[in-house]
Amino acid sequence: MSLALSAPAFRRFRRHRLAAFGAATIVLLTLGCFLGPFLLPFDDTTIDVMNRFAPPLSGAHVLGTDELGRDMLARLMMGGRVSLIVGFTAMAIGMALGILVGAVAGFHGGWLGAALMRFVDAVLCFPTIFLLLALAALVSPGLLSIIILIAATSWMDVARIVEGQVKSLRERDFAVAAQVLGASDARIIVHELVPNAVAPIVVAATLNVARAILLESYVSFLGYGIQPPVPSWGNMLNNAQIYLTSAPWLAILPGLAITLAVTSFNFLGDGLRDALDPRMRAR
Amino acid sequence: MSGAPILDVRNLSVRFRTEGGDVPAVSDLSFTLDRGETLAVVGESGSGKSVTSLALMRLLPKDSAVTVTGQALLEGRDLLAIPEPEMRKLRGGAISMVFQEPMTSLNPTTPVGAQVAEAVQLHRDLDRRAAREEAARLLDLVGIPAARQRMDDYPHHLSGGMRQRVMIAMALSCDPGVLIADEPTTALDVTIQAQILDLLKRLQERTGMAVVFITHNLGVVAEIADRVLVMYGGRAVEQAPLRPLFSRPLMPYTAGLLRSVPRMELAGRRAGPLPAIPGNVPDPRHMPPGCVFHPRCAHHQPGRCDAAAPVLEAADEAREVRCLRWRELAA
Amino acid sequence: MSGFLARRLGQSLVLLVLVSMVGFAILHLAPGGPMSQFASGSDMTQEDLDRIAEQLGLNRPLPVQYAEWFWRMLQGDWGRSYRDGEAVLNVIGSHLGATLQLMLTATLLAIIIGVVIGTLGAIRRHSIFDTLATVGAMIALSIPTFWFGLVAIYVFSVWLDWLPSGNRFTPGDGSPLDLLRHLILPAMVLALVETAIWSRFMRSSMLDVVNQDYIRTARAKGVPEARILLRHAFRNAALPMITVLGLQLPTLLGGALVTETVFTWPGMGRLFLDSISYRDYPVVMGILMFSATLVLLGSLLADLLHAVADPRIRLG
Repeated sequence: MSLALSAPAFRRFRRHRLAAFGAATIVLLTLGCFLGPFLLPFDDTTIDVMNRFAPPLSGAHVLGTDELGRDMLARLMMGGRVSLIVGFTAMAIGMALGILVGAVAGFHGGWLGAALMRFVDAVLCFPTIFLLLALAALVSPGLLSIIILIAATSWMDVARIVEGQVKSLRERDFAVAAQVLGASDARIIVHELVPNAVAPIVVAATLNVARAILLESYVSFLGYGIQPPVPSWGNMLNNAQIYLTSAPWLAILPGLAITLAVTSFNFLGDGLRDALDPRMRAR
Repeated sequence: MSGAPILDVRNLSVRFRTEGGDVPAVSDLSFTLDRGETLAVVGESGSGKSVTSLALMRLLPKDSAVTVTGQALLEGRDLLAIPEPEMRKLRGGAISMVFQEPMTSLNPTTPVGAQVAEAVQLHRDLDRRAAREEAARLLDLVGIPAARQRMDDYPHHLSGGMRQRVMIAMALSCDPGVLIADEPTTALDVTIQAQILDLLKRLQERTGMAVVFITHNLGVVAEIADRVLVMYGGRAVEQAPLRPLFSRPLMPYTAGLLRSVPRMELAGRRAGPLPAIPGNVPDPRHMPPGCVFHPRCAHHQPGRCDAAAPVLEAADEAREVRCLRWRELAA
Repeated sequence: MSGFLARRLGQSLVLLVLVSMVGFAILHLAPGGPMSQFASGSDMTQEDLDRIAEQLGLNRPLPVQYAEWFWRMLQGDWGRSYRDGEAVLNVIGSHLGATLQLMLTATLLAIIIGVVIGTLGAIRRHSIFDTLATVGAMIALSIPTFWFGLVAIYVFSVWLDWLPSGNRFTPGDGSPLDLLRHLILPAMVLALVETAIWSRFMRSSMLDVVNQDYIRTARAKGVPEARILLRHAFRNAALPMITVLGLQLPTLLGGALVTETVFTWPGMGRLFLDSISYRDYPVVMGILMFSATLVLLGSLLADLLHAVADPRIRLG
């Protein structure tokens, strides 16, 4: 009987727990990556040829060393900084762009709205990684360029969400009332419509951090993202394939870090969707 | 005709356990249905009439958030107690059901003929071809023109009225003793409504089945019912043969329902709008104390109607009423 | 049919033009534009460069250049590879087979496993299985494909030594068994994300269907529960899945690129990366346009298939 009582409650609790796990992991990862290096006796760039390929838990290096004898934990933390910075900033820029395009398209409708949304459709036809690599090959690689490129390939979904939201909200009474009262278009967009679209935007933002971290790792792994010696979780895996037989931890640890971070953001996004927007509530 | 009723419902209660607390959807409902009889179950939405029909068919969700208690004896077998495989054989066989929404009640990706044939094959020992033949006969019986040609049509090819005929054909495929019709005409145009009611009456005369007809429309009740059960707040509040109930309702709620029906003979004389019953059906999580109808009742006496809950008592050999004041009001 | 078909074809044509515009814009976004490949790493003089620009028509107004470029693409003239002078479409064609083989195998795996998991999850909603499947799908969507590839190679090639770690076949062998052994790991890796997506779509489609009125009608007819799920619910839930085929193409192509890189699979994705590192822009542009067109046609085809398979979609 008590089992029956808790069926939906259990589900909420489980989702809640996953989201809490995600949020806690994100906080810990962020703190670890940004504060950890100060506490560590090793530097992420110090090469120690006498100590190459030290396995994890075998000595002073908790997570071992890489092919140049650099401390893996220090590199994971510094790589995490890069990955998290890319994740958040690319998300922010992409969201801003997507919200702008979506709000303009949704608010104006007509030929401008249609043209913008067809443009979104057209960009979505290009597989993201193809587009990203083609663009990355054209510019000189670096932190800023990779952030901008990821943002440039991640705004379309948000534009669609915002366009849909604004379009439906535009029909509702309060927007009409504001218009009658003589509010300017920009005012209506900023003060009336965007706040109402906040729930789906927050969810999309969280999921887009996950997506940006993942994309950064792909591009860096393939050699067109963050360039060594600056470590990122993606480019740490760059050479790992060669040493897969002799030093598998070089491949396993950064991949685990990416998976953990991306999973956390996905869990959090899913939980937020559950909490913020009853219409989107997953069953 | 034997004297025993074909369906005997005793003390049926249905409770839903929700996050906001327990919801008693149906409370201690008892009624009988004689062979060949049509019983109309009447009430506003939320009165528990549809839940009652789903409970009898055992179609309520099978999780433990739903509790059904009581008995429902179909020719002596308790529908609420028999094992599921046995119930499944009865469903669509001895007891079948027609739903309110003809637009969504048919499988959109299966031709209608196949849907009727499936019902036939499930309960009768017929091969595919014979079942198909039988389906064509049934579609013809329910008045679908050129039935044989329409067998391979998909539901979206048919109008709402035609779809409801298909639903009826499916329900009748195995000569049920009891047919539960849950608002079968509500979603239809008025002219189509009349056709479907005629069809049901004609089929009933032909097969001798008993019908539980669930509706909120008293015009339809007058058209089809032998006896009427009025439900309010999950309870039976009045039960009587059709004519006495219409001419002399005992429960103020029934009287209110009857007054809210437009009548042709009065239309010319009536000046104001139809008197609707004021207020709303009670929230089943917070049933009012005493008589559940008292907050909306024109005759309620403070200190009496909101204190003691009335029981369903026999008013004469054929009638029952649940009202503390029915004797005074009838006088 | 004609109305729906005409509208959908019209949409796709407009989209094709827009896609080509995006592609053209990317081509000209490169520092130095399409000329950059001649300017860098060669000992050409400015006069040489001007002459080439003149010959290629690069000094004319952009809209004219675009129109000519698009017209040539439509006629199948996608330029020539800088590496060996081969026509771009031929280069793509010779790598397409390997990619399609990988994508089809992975999709087939993903559909079978994903549909089963999604259906079971929906039927036993909130059971332990459903919870594990939902959480598992979310983790699967978070694992970088290339890393999963590395882990798979480590486990199945390095550690267990069951399967080859890359390439399409062993040189000098190439028997069906050899081909299959080489296909298993990359297909499995590419299928991971796809399986997660298919299971989630299938679960929610199935949940939509089991709450429909016609499922209740089937119960009221006395249809056994297993038959309700397999015949009535599954059929209706699986039909919209056809469109997922189209929706998934961009993800699938991107996954194939990464998988091909890890497993040195000689497909279009590897060709793309090789061409990028050689600055072989005609091939890069060609693959970019080809993949976008493939996505466009794929979703068109999926929609048409859905329309044919689903009697509800009016074909009039």
